Amino acid sequence: MAAGDAVARLLRDEGAHVLATLIRVTGDITLAEDAVQDAAVRALERWPRDGVPDNPRAWLIVAAKRRAIDVVRREARRAGKETAAVALLDPVPEPAGAVRDDLLRLVFTCCHPALSAEAQVALALRTLGGLSTAEVARALMVPEATMAKRLTRAKQKIALARIPYRVPSAGELPGRVRGVAATIYLIFNEGYAAGAGEHLVRVALSAEAIRLARLLVGLLPDEPTALGLLALLLLSDARRAARLDERGGAVLLPDQDRTRWDTAMIREGVVLVGTALRRAPDRPDPYVAQAAIAACHALAPSYADTDWDAVVSWYDVLLTVQDTAVVRLNRAVAVAERDGPEAGLALVEGIDGLAAYPWWHATRAELLRRVGRASEASAAYERALGLEMNDVQAGHLRRRLSDLDG
Amino acid sequence: MPTYIALTYTAEVDWKQPEYADAIQEYVAFDEAHAAVLRGGHALYPTATATTVRVPGGKGGEPIVSDGPYAETKEALTGFYLLECADLDEALAVAAKMPAAWHGTVEVRPVHPSLES
Repeated sequence: MAAGDAVARLLRDEGAHVLATLIRVTGDITLAEDAVQDAAVRALERWPRDGVPDNPRAWLIVAAKRRAIDVVRREARRAGKETAAVALLDPVPEPAGAVRDDLLRLVFTCCHPALSAEAQVALALRTLGGLSTAEVARALMVPEATMAKRLTRAKQKIALARIPYRVPSAGELPGRVRGVAATIYLIFNEGYAAGAGEHLVRVALSAEAIRLARLLVGLLPDEPTALGLLALLLLSDARRAARLDERGGAVLLPDQDRTRWDTAMIREGVVLVGTALRRAPDRPDPYVAQAAIAACHALAPSYADTDWDAVVSWYDVLLTVQDTAVVRLNRAVAVAERDGPEAGLALVEGIDGLAAYPWWHATRAELLRRVGRASEASAAYERALGLEMNDVQAGHLRRRLSDLDG
Repeated sequence: MPTYIALTYTAEVDWKQPEYADAIQEYVAFDEAHAAVLRGGHALYPTATATTVRVPGGKGGEPIVSDGPYAETKEALTGFYLLECADLDEALAVAAKMPAAWHGTVEVRPVHPSLES
């Protein structure tokens, strides 16, 4: 049984690599998936009995190719033509570097901007993460039939519109890596926002996103975006245990028990931020800047002892590459800590376009409370509660409101 | 090589008007720069000239002809190009050079092989 578990883990780790090569060789994602599935079944039968081969990836690629050839031949016979399998049968050895780059090709195909964000997330989890369609559906809380349809449609678009299976050129690379990072970040947030307990399937998405971010760093060790993304995910996930109290209520950053933060993750994240900054000293990257902000928090002994000057400076950097109202709101919170609530409040009230965003109202409420404008603060909490958010978040705001009234 | 159609959606343009001379030059420059992949294409007269035909009774039935349709949005179908490109990335790179991409939007679609010339 233990041998079987080890094999299953190995198969999952190798699965994406093998699939990536098979997609290049066959030019058909569905056929490649079938072939890799078949090879994995054979490995599960044989390896626990005969031992794991010296080069499991090569073994799996050979087995999967053999299966793909069988399928193509069968199809060809049925259609009355024999030419289709010829390319697959070609005994020419794989060109140097081709296999190494296959996974990278798959990453960029799954996260191609011509696919919708939800299709990218589903494809990344299915092909790169090796989750089954049922597992992807459960994690994203979508009926399995819907997920199957979504995946089929995405694969069809890749095939019919000829989304290329290729690593982007050096010029396109930074933009495309940011697209991949956005997809992985979306997967992370699906898990991060889920809370805990009954949502364990979704929490696993955060771990899956960290795994994918590690994969990206392994493939592109010099890309600041990849390093920044992994750092940001680790530094955020390090706070997981402190984010909820024993009744499942939200605990925000100021009130978190910092002894419950994961110090190993923080250490790794901080080192990655340093590496990313050395890779791109003059060109700020939004993920690196956000990771740097997260590192400031992670390294502070307490909320009050946070280096707010550094946090505000990093938000200024972030604004140069990602000037959004939400980033401005977060910067205003840091300014409030550094210069006092009046200064923060003035900035918050100067931000346009967040009337439908509950955290704009909640932040305004908190700052109004601090400057002693209690009735306006109550009204702002009420406004926030009138907008859409999850139960944990709403519970937190209701407690703040009742503290104020009481 | 696959063929793609690029449908341009922009504000309605009456190319006969002199104020569009510069815009016409933009399109001419685009055509010349991308002649190697262009397999045809045309600008269309405004939607005010469009006529719709339907045969609700099924094949062989009585055609119903009506005026329009008029675009409900600011952007209407104003033209198309056929492109022969190696893959979607190449087609998108060409589409991004079409003046319609900054005057409006360009929709790129693969053409079904049986319809390719």
